[in-house]
Amino acid sequence: MRYLPLTNDDRQAMLAKIGVSHIDDLFKDVPKEDLNPEIDLPKHQSEMAVERYLSRLAAKNTHAGSVPFFVGAGAYKHHVPATVDHMIQRGEFLTAYTPYQPEIAQGTLQYLFEFQTQVAQLTGMDVANASMYDGSTATAEAVMMARRVTRKKRAVMAGSLHPHYRAVVETTTQYTDDEIVTLAPNPMDAEAELQAAIDAIDANTSCVVVQNPGINGNVLDLSAVAEAAHANKALLIVVVTEVMSLGLIKSPGEMGADIVVGEGQSIGNGLTFGGPYLGLFATNQKYVRQMPGRLCGETVDAEGTRGFVLTLSTREQHIRREKATSNICTNSGLCALAFTIHMTLLGEKGIRAVAKVNHRNAVTVRDALKKIDGVEVLNKTFFNEFTVRLPKDAAPVVEKLAEAGVLAGVPMSRLYPGDEHANMLIVAVTEVVTEEDIQALVSNLTEAVQ
Amino acid sequence: MIKYTEDHEWIDADGDIATIGITDYAQKALGDVVFVELPEVGTSFAKGDEVSVVESVKAASEVYAPLDGEIVEVNEALEDGPALVNTDATGSGWFFKMKLNAVSDLDDMMDEAAYNTFVAGLD
Amino acid sequence: MSMNTQGRPTALVEASDMQEMKPVFESFSGHQGLRLDEPLIFELGSTDTTGVDVAEVDDFEMALGGLERSTEIGCPGLAEPDTVRHFTRLSRRNYGIDMGVFPLGSCTMKHNPRLNEKMARLPGFGDIHPLQPESTVQGALGLIEELSHWIMTITGMPAVAMSPKAGAHGELCGVMAIRAALEARGDAREVILCPESAHGTNPATAAFCGYKVKSIPGRENGRVDLEALRESLDDTVAAVMITNPNTCGLFETEVKEIADAIHAAGAFFYCDGANFNAIMGKARPGDLGVDAMHLNLHKTFSTPHGGGGPGSGPVVFSDALKDFAPLPYVKQTADGKRLHEWPEDGDKSLGRLTAFHGQMGMYVRALSYMMSHGSDGLKQASEDAVLNANYVLASLGDVMSASFEGPCMHEALFDDRFLKDTGVTTLDFAKAMIDEGYHPMTMYFPLVVHGAMLIEPTETESKYNMDQFIRSMRGLAETAKRKETERFEGAPYFAPWKRLDETQAARRPVLRFTEAAE
Repeated sequence: MRYLPLTNDDRQAMLAKIGVSHIDDLFKDVPKEDLNPEIDLPKHQSEMAVERYLSRLAAKNTHAGSVPFFVGAGAYKHHVPATVDHMIQRGEFLTAYTPYQPEIAQGTLQYLFEFQTQVAQLTGMDVANASMYDGSTATAEAVMMARRVTRKKRAVMAGSLHPHYRAVVETTTQYTDDEIVTLAPNPMDAEAELQAAIDAIDANTSCVVVQNPGINGNVLDLSAVAEAAHANKALLIVVVTEVMSLGLIKSPGEMGADIVVGEGQSIGNGLTFGGPYLGLFATNQKYVRQMPGRLCGETVDAEGTRGFVLTLSTREQHIRREKATSNICTNSGLCALAFTIHMTLLGEKGIRAVAKVNHRNAVTVRDALKKIDGVEVLNKTFFNEFTVRLPKDAAPVVEKLAEAGVLAGVPMSRLYPGDEHANMLIVAVTEVVTEEDIQALVSNLTEAVQ
Repeated sequence: MIKYTEDHEWIDADGDIATIGITDYAQKALGDVVFVELPEVGTSFAKGDEVSVVESVKAASEVYAPLDGEIVEVNEALEDGPALVNTDATGSGWFFKMKLNAVSDLDDMMDEAAYNTFVAGLD
Repeated sequence: MSMNTQGRPTALVEASDMQEMKPVFESFSGHQGLRLDEPLIFELGSTDTTGVDVAEVDDFEMALGGLERSTEIGCPGLAEPDTVRHFTRLSRRNYGIDMGVFPLGSCTMKHNPRLNEKMARLPGFGDIHPLQPESTVQGALGLIEELSHWIMTITGMPAVAMSPKAGAHGELCGVMAIRAALEARGDAREVILCPESAHGTNPATAAFCGYKVKSIPGRENGRVDLEALRESLDDTVAAVMITNPNTCGLFETEVKEIADAIHAAGAFFYCDGANFNAIMGKARPGDLGVDAMHLNLHKTFSTPHGGGGPGSGPVVFSDALKDFAPLPYVKQTADGKRLHEWPEDGDKSLGRLTAFHGQMGMYVRALSYMMSHGSDGLKQASEDAVLNANYVLASLGDVMSASFEGPCMHEALFDDRFLKDTGVTTLDFAKAMIDEGYHPMTMYFPLVVHGAMLIEPTETESKYNMDQFIRSMRGLAETAKRKETERFEGAPYFAPWKRLDETQAARRPVLRFTEAAE
């Protein structure tokens, strides 16, 4: 076996040193009747054979780069420069452990410090942690943090929140003290949807969770909801599932957010069928000690040289055990590195430019779709994603376009089972979309809705 | 007279107002104190309740209410200067002041000599 | 002859002159040869620099409702060459498995095969969207099914939940399933029992599921005290969380009796599978009475640790718990493979734990690893892991103090008794290992022995590597015992950074770059 360096001679010599004659002497604590069970699985295979098998399995999937692609709703196809994936595969990054030994982990620690700063800058907040699993689990953590900060339990989920995120919040808090109030989406009227969230805030509310851009793509001013939350001593949690949007629209921090959580996949990370992704978590300095997850901080070494360490660890499970702010241990370190490298390549100039191309392309597609008979665009505002109403069920239309080699978007019925939103289709348009892609979408959709 | 608990807290009562901190023995055992989480003024605690948390780099320890009472003041200097707990545990490194429900509860507690004997028995 | 004296001198410096060769100056650049200084990107770049092609965009009517970002973001950019150089320089300050032995107990730092990386990057896996029509991702759903089959077979369990994102997330999934099952029978219960030697995630998870945590004592031989456990088991106990092999590196000899006692009390047996690397193909949790167990694909199945993540934490379930598994999961229908994404009538699922379907990138790597090994190779891997650990135990037992009698499983636990009266602590000893070119072992965990040193070599170390490592460890132990403490006191001496001031970092947290602070 190519990954196992010991030879049979080595094994014999080592057993002799240990003073036993057979390997199973080392497994004497395992109940005899259970030792060495039959395992009905194939035997070892060569690198060539494994590669052939998995390549054929992969070839059964339609990948985003091979077709006109308009699928979003929480994960986005962006161009990631080749440098990013090359750099994260350096063994010193890839095969390192959590940087608990700072003297030999300054590489990881410095990029985490850079990552935290980039996330804080993009979100307009004071501080960010060194990542969570994904945007949805970060949202659940934010809700529980708001309970600790405000000592109140009633959390309001606005209709704009991704329904999968809402479900994760509900699952994660089902055995805690939190009380989750869920509001329905309103794809026809985003402002009414936001007003409903404002109306739902009361004196017992710990937080109100609003997604921007919302699940239907709407971009809204959150200042009023921030005011309403703060008037009730509740926190405003803003969820950003498309972090690229922060290159073009006002940051949540500027609009009064107390906690910003998000999905960082768009920057540096591929689609990968949903994971691994990158949970972002940012807040204001005064709440730092209530944050979940790892934090990297600046300090000096014994000779006065600047260096970085994991810090404020007493919040974490390995020290605080059942009183920890979260049970999280492993996070998304390497995805954070990919984010940091991509963000370094982009810089402010790059992210503003790419974000603008996203928006321009989306506007172009909106204008093209508006012209199709029976298709109605529902958004007044959006960044790179909007919702259209078709004259028939969207799911079969999407299926039909997929057969024609166009991945047209996410039918709302996939996210909200039932008939209520069956005609709605969420369409995402990023910088990777070409003129030909748009033509393919328009002609196929025109045909499909007839 | 200053009194002590087996949880390494000291209590210096002036009438029914008691100033409470952790002992020099405790601060040495904890190492560098990096943060002290203080209670809110006005909160009432029963003896044995967790009132405060004192953190070193790698550990967090709870500070318990030595007696029943209400918090009347906290040492805000610890917010920016947790090192006071190390440099002056029994003076400027005090944690909080409590209005005691019953001053007589102090009577059964250890005095300095008793506490020193208690500590000597721990090592 | 012509005597050209302008060439390079080739004679080596005499060893006795070496001390004098040590530079007495500082370089003008701040670099020291290959040890290159590297500032933060915020000190290097400017917001006007970018390393990507920036398209010109003609004016168009925006649809942002007047919410265009007007303030500066502040993120500097670097051109591509400087970006490559920045992160290359940072990488060289890290220690990784690729550089040497990484004996970090409980973390299974084994070799990360590069075939796995290549497979995960196939566009058919790496470039597919979680919400594409299911008809366009049949290969991906097939891969999840296939990996599930491998995991269920190697653990001997009837069901697996794939979506948890890491070990601790898997624990949350497992304990939630237990609570859901108990509530379904109208009896949520109040308490979860954990040994004192448990990973911190165990009590933290229990608390997040609304349970009080009580600890169960260990015996002198490093195992759970079965009698004490029996006494603690009553109808308030929801579950017992036990790591097996345990955090002392030992197999719980009475694991089946423990399982029987737990079940007799109407509770569930949660097994922390962090140490599954010791028993692949050697023993199946399904045969031992386990109800739920998470696996760490980033430990046992070789997906990279990546400096802290991402991981993946599938959870296997017994028949009693499988109906409570989270959504979504893959199911076979007449219409091909489908994702079951939303609860239907009669569904008992505990709900959704993550935005999408879990860590696909890690699934591909893990399946690539498992297929490469096959059933025979996985068993051999566990045997070699256990062999290497026992070789350490046998080779260091006379100079260090082993906490328990062997044999151990895939990690060997020592404590600091051998350092008594030397003035050297476990921390000093660990830092001195850095000077020897090794990553320190896990220290001060588990908490049940004093000054713990937990050494897990894994199966991917050769005998040569093991012998070199043992030589260093013996040298350190003997030096410490002779009370020659110099190499320990300020260690590491040879690392690019000396010990860092963690007190300052925690007292005055600086968690981001700001212009004003510099």
